[in-house]
Amino acid sequence: MQYLAFVTLALYALSFACYTRILYAPSVPLGRLASVLLCLGIVAQYFELLARTRGTQSIPYDDLYGSMSLFAWLLGVTYLGLEVFHRERSVGAFVTLALVIWMSVLRVFWTPAVSNPELPRGPLFAFHVTLNTWAYSAFGLSFVLSLIYLIQDRMLRSRRMATPAWRFPALDVLDRMARSSVYIGLVALGLGVGMGLVWAWRLSGAGVLADPKVLITALILVAYVVYLHLSRSATWRGARAARLCAVNFAFVLFSYTFVNLYLTKFHHFQ
Amino acid sequence: MMALATQSSRGPAIKIRIALIGCNHRTAPVELRERIAFSPQQALFAADELRRQGVLEEAMVLSTCNRSELYGVPGEASPDAAEAMQEFFTSFHRIPRGELDGRFYRWMGTDAVRHLYRVAAGLDSMLLGEAEILGQLKASYSQALDHGATGPILNRMFQGALEVGKRVRAETEVGARPMSVALAGVKLAERVFENFKGRSALCLGAGAVADQVVEHLRNRGIGNLKVVNRTFDRAAELAGRVGAEAAPWESLESAMTAPDILVTSVSSREPILTRAMLERVIEARNGKPVFVVDLGVPRNVAPDAAGLYNLYLYNIDDLGEIVEHNKKAREAEIPRAEALIEEHLTRFEAWRAGLEASSIVDDLRDRFHRQRKSLLEEKLKEMPEVSPEERGRIAHITEELIERVLEQPGERVKRGGVMRGRLGALEALRHLFGLDEGKD
Repeated sequence: MQYLAFVTLALYALSFACYTRILYAPSVPLGRLASVLLCLGIVAQYFELLARTRGTQSIPYDDLYGSMSLFAWLLGVTYLGLEVFHRERSVGAFVTLALVIWMSVLRVFWTPAVSNPELPRGPLFAFHVTLNTWAYSAFGLSFVLSLIYLIQDRMLRSRRMATPAWRFPALDVLDRMARSSVYIGLVALGLGVGMGLVWAWRLSGAGVLADPKVLITALILVAYVVYLHLSRSATWRGARAARLCAVNFAFVLFSYTFVNLYLTKFHHFQ
Repeated sequence: MMALATQSSRGPAIKIRIALIGCNHRTAPVELRERIAFSPQQALFAADELRRQGVLEEAMVLSTCNRSELYGVPGEASPDAAEAMQEFFTSFHRIPRGELDGRFYRWMGTDAVRHLYRVAAGLDSMLLGEAEILGQLKASYSQALDHGATGPILNRMFQGALEVGKRVRAETEVGARPMSVALAGVKLAERVFENFKGRSALCLGAGAVADQVVEHLRNRGIGNLKVVNRTFDRAAELAGRVGAEAAPWESLESAMTAPDILVTSVSSREPILTRAMLERVIEARNGKPVFVVDLGVPRNVAPDAAGLYNLYLYNIDDLGEIVEHNKKAREAEIPRAEALIEEHLTRFEAWRAGLEASSIVDDLRDRFHRQRKSLLEEKLKEMPEVSPEERGRIAHITEELIERVLEQPGERVKRGGVMRGRLGALEALRHLFGLDEGKD
């Protein structure tokens, strides 16, 4: 299974190299190669996750590695979907860079898959976790898009357009893409949280609203709803909203790491 | 089609010749270029004449404001085609020969193809990497093709050139960055707004550069375009030309409601647009970004407006600096463009070598068969005991022998890449077998 993780990382790194190259020197074949490499990386990571799922006999969310790997995979899938939909490859360098860093950091936390067959949690739980992870990956994508917005905005204001900046999407496109990602994230998170609450209620007959994970998730929901509202307002529209979107992602990271590791009982990694 | 049709396996071996003569902005001043320019009709007529006179078998004229060039495939009866082409050029335009001495460049064979590819890539243009030449090249070629003035060789050459032109612009920075102040302003606006359809622009003043900006905006399909000028007639003139709306200077305040893009080019000692005015514009747009191009000297926009949130302001110096930076960036891309040109040139040469080699194999086959036939006739005369059936078998075996001997070279020739860079060897082969001497 380990070799698949390395293959995934290598494919993401190669894809990043190609995406970066086309920012400086546009090339249709190289752009296609970048997309193909990313696609292959996603496929390799899928098989890695599948192997882990078989090992643990559940979707990989019981440990930090599995959960974060699923996050990265969904980020890649979401981005690839957006790339095909918008026919826009110039964001690829940033997304694949995020994937490379993410997957490299994961190697530090890597643990072998441990079988845990005594926890048959059912499909509702699987949907709950997958949807929430998807929501976080969509927020991750909006974070990347907001960062690009801020870089482009800074270059435009400083009147120093570096070569890649002429290839970036326009500010209004980046703004739209970031908001679309947040919409996807909010819908997925809303559904995921709802399913989680139903599952917990069925299991214990009681709510779990006091759990830190639930509280931080509610905070994330509020933060992104506020972002969506402010991004349309006269005083926040543009760079300020992009900054807010980027900052919001810190809550996601906090929820994913610190809360899962130290604060929650319900969502604690094994 | 003459170049190939008359020189198939039944004619002498194909030896593809390509010739080019012309002059451009580097070799001739505009006064002279004007006199030797060809209209589209003249270009077709000239190509017809050159073919009719037997100077060229395929011909094409490329005539733009910066160049007049004549490309052709010389006929067999035209040993010094370039000289004949130049003679035709001068007589066609009725210009004394001496006046054009030293103004023409002449390229033959690979050098002519390389020159065309460089032209298509914009490397030979006055404004490095400009895109217009590719459109002009395409139009001239389409016209000549429809007219039947080109043949397989020029077709291959020009199709390759169009491909090179597209690739250079898509894969290098040579044509990517704006090289004029007007275009730089519009390209920067495209970094803020994805497309201009449904957007509105307001142009204050009707100066030359503002005129160009407005033209670029219109070409990019700006939804609503309004021109305001102190002299209404000039505003109306510019607006009429680009399909915009003209408004009198007195209506400036009302025109300033909520444009996405503002272009100012007014001669004024004091700023025309103050921070407060632009603040009101942004407010009216509910905080949406406003892109301002200030082409006025002295500046038309108060400098303190630059700090306004969601206002992107560029003055003439900012744009000039960007253009200067872009020029250097484009120049740095020349080696990459040249590498693409060489790649396509190699492909063309491989095709050309394949074509030439294929004719050599055909000619060898002809020669072998003729010699086989005469040898059999001669030898079989001395062998009356050989029955007609046996004679038939011998004839069949010798025929098969020739086909077997030529099978491998024939196959290799079909794979054009194998012949790449071996034109010299083909020449030697042609000479070795006496194929350059015509039929026995």
